[in-house]
Amino acid sequence: MLRQRLQRAAAIALAALVVFGLILVIDGKDPLRAYHDTLVYVFGNRYGFSELLVRMSPLILTAVAVALPSRLGLINVGGEGQLYMGGWLATAGALGFPDLPAWLLLPLLTMLGFLGGALWALLPALLRVGKIVNETISTLLLNYVAPLIVSYFIFGPWRSEESSSYPQSPAFVPAARLPTLDGTRIHLGLVYSVICVVLYGYVLARTRWGLDMRAIGGNAEASLRLGIPVSAYVIAAMMIAGGIAGIAGMVEVSAIQGRLVAQLSPGYGYIGFLVAWLAGGSATAILLMAFLFAVVSSTGDILQITQGVPSAVINILIAVILFIVLGQRQRPRAAS
Amino acid sequence: MSLSLNMSLLAAVIASSILSGTSLFYATLGELVGERAGIVNLGLEGLMLIGASAGFAVTASSGDAYLGLIAAALAGSAANMIFAYVVVGRRANQLAAGLTLMFFGLGASTLIGRPFVGEVVAGLPHFGFGGFGSYDLLVWLALPNALGFWALLFRTRWGLALRAVGEDPAAAFAAGKSPNLIRYQALAIAGALGAIGGAHLALALTHTWDEGMTAGRGFIAIALVIFAKWNPLWALVGALVFGGAEIAQLELQARGADVSPFLMSMIPYLLTLIVLIFWGFNHRAAAPAALGRNFFGVE
Repeated sequence: MLRQRLQRAAAIALAALVVFGLILVIDGKDPLRAYHDTLVYVFGNRYGFSELLVRMSPLILTAVAVALPSRLGLINVGGEGQLYMGGWLATAGALGFPDLPAWLLLPLLTMLGFLGGALWALLPALLRVGKIVNETISTLLLNYVAPLIVSYFIFGPWRSEESSSYPQSPAFVPAARLPTLDGTRIHLGLVYSVICVVLYGYVLARTRWGLDMRAIGGNAEASLRLGIPVSAYVIAAMMIAGGIAGIAGMVEVSAIQGRLVAQLSPGYGYIGFLVAWLAGGSATAILLMAFLFAVVSSTGDILQITQGVPSAVINILIAVILFIVLGQRQRPRAAS
Repeated sequence: MSLSLNMSLLAAVIASSILSGTSLFYATLGELVGERAGIVNLGLEGLMLIGASAGFAVTASSGDAYLGLIAAALAGSAANMIFAYVVVGRRANQLAAGLTLMFFGLGASTLIGRPFVGEVVAGLPHFGFGGFGSYDLLVWLALPNALGFWALLFRTRWGLALRAVGEDPAAAFAAGKSPNLIRYQALAIAGALGAIGGAHLALALTHTWDEGMTAGRGFIAIALVIFAKWNPLWALVGALVFGGAEIAQLELQARGADVSPFLMSMIPYLLTLIVLIFWGFNHRAAAPAALGRNFFGVE
C-alpha cells in the first residue's frame, strides 16, 4: 500500500518535471541543468537544506490555516491577507516596545501576530455565520487589502529613515528577533509551525472539539439540533486559522526580514491552500507536502539566479503538479 | 475648482470608467456563463493574465490589435479547457482546480509577456459611432454582448439546457441533455471572455504589459457575478459602476488628492465587499442550485 503510493507520487513528480521541462526548453532554457542545480543546492550542503526548512515553516502554518476550517466545511482562501496582518501587528509591537527584554517581547509579538491574523478572519467568519457573504469570496477580496495596509505604513508612518530608495520599516531591535540556529537561518518559527501542525492533528483526532468539528463538517444542520454551538465553532475556527496564518507573518518579519517590508510573502497563503488540499487535511501529509513545495519553490529561485528565469515562472510547475494530481482521482471531499 | 475643470474631470472619469469597466464586464460575463452551468472558476484572474499577455505579445509582434484579441481569446479558451478537463472530466474539486489555474496563469503569462516588458502598443483603434464619442470595438460590443448573452441564456434551447445543468445536472441528464458536454462548451466560452477582459486591460487601458497587472480584478469580477445575480445585463451595470470607482480613485490620485494612494487603492476591493454585504442582506439565494457541485451521474 505504502509502496504503491510512493510509486504513484514518484510518477506524478516525474510527469510534472517532464512537462515543466518541456516548457523551459520551448523558452530556450536548460531544464536538466536547473533540476541538477536544485538537487546540488538543496541536498548538497547543510546551508541549502536548512534553507529548505526555513521555507517550509510559512507553508505549514498557512496550510493549517486552511485545513482547520475545512474540517467544518469552511473554505479559508485568506491566508495571504491574514499573514500580512499578522506581520503588520507584530511590527507594531516591535516598534512600540523596543525596550522590553526578549523573553517578554517575543511572546508578545507572537500573540500580536496571532491577533492580527485572527481579527482579519473575524469579518469573513461573521459574514458566513450570518449567511450574508460566502467566506471564499470575502477572504479572497481581503487578501488584496492587507498588503495595501502594510504598504501604507511602510511608505508612511513607519518609513525607515536610513534608506529612502527602498521603503521598509526601521530594523527590529535584537530582542525582537526570533533566535536562529548557528550558521543557518533556521529559526524558532519552524518550531512554531511544527507545534501548530501537531496540535491541529491532536485536537482533531483526540478531543471533544475535534469530534464536534467533524460532526459540523459532516452535517451542520444535524449538529445544531444535537446542541453543538455551530456558529461559535465557525467563528472560533476561522479566527484561530487566521491567527495561525498571522503567526507566519510574525515569523517572516521577526526571523527572516527583521523589519516590515512590502513583499512579505511570495504567495505563501495560496500555496498553503494547495498544500492543505493535497494533504487532504492530514497533519503528517501537510508536513510532507510542505516539504515538496519548499523544494519546488527553491527550484524557482535557482532558475532565477542561474538562468535568469523570472521567479513567477515556477508557478507553472506548481500548477502542473496540481493539475496532474487533480486529474488522478476524484476525492469525495477535501476542501469542499 | 472652476466649473469647466469639474466638467472636464467628469468627462475624463466617465470616458475612463467605460474603458476600465469594459475589461471587468467581459471577465464577469465569462465567469457568469460558467457559473450558470454550475462551475465556479477561481482561476479567472489567471485567465485574464493569459489574455493580457498573449494579446499584448501578438499585438506587439504583429502590429494588429485585432489579431492580438483573437489570440487572447484562443489562449484563454485553451487554458480553461485544462481546468474543464480536470473539473468536468475528472470531477476534481472546483476551488482547488480554480486556484491551480490562477497559478498557471501567473506563471504562463510571465513567460509569454517577458520579452515585451517595457514596450508600448497603440492598442485597439478607436472609432466613433453615432455621436456617442470614440471608443474601441470591445466597448461598442459590450451592450450587444450583454443583450446577446442574456438572450442566449434565457431565450434559447441551449441556454435553457445550460441553466438546467447549473440547477440540477441529474435532472438535465434525465431530460436527455449531456451535462458534461454543456459544461465543456460553457467553459470554452468563459475562458475566451475572461481572456478578452484581460486583453482589453493591456490593449485599451494601459497599452503595456506588466507581470501580475490584473491585480485582483479577476476576483472582483467573481464577486460582481453575485452582485449581478447571474444576469448578463446586471453584469454590465455592475462592471461600469466598479470601473468608475476604480477610475475615480486613480483620477483623484493623479490630481493630487491628499489621501495615501495605498488607501485609495483599497477602494475597489472594499467597495466590492460592502456591496456584497448589502446585497447579502437584501437578496438571498439567486445562485444556480448546483453551483460548485460536480456531476457524478452515469455510473
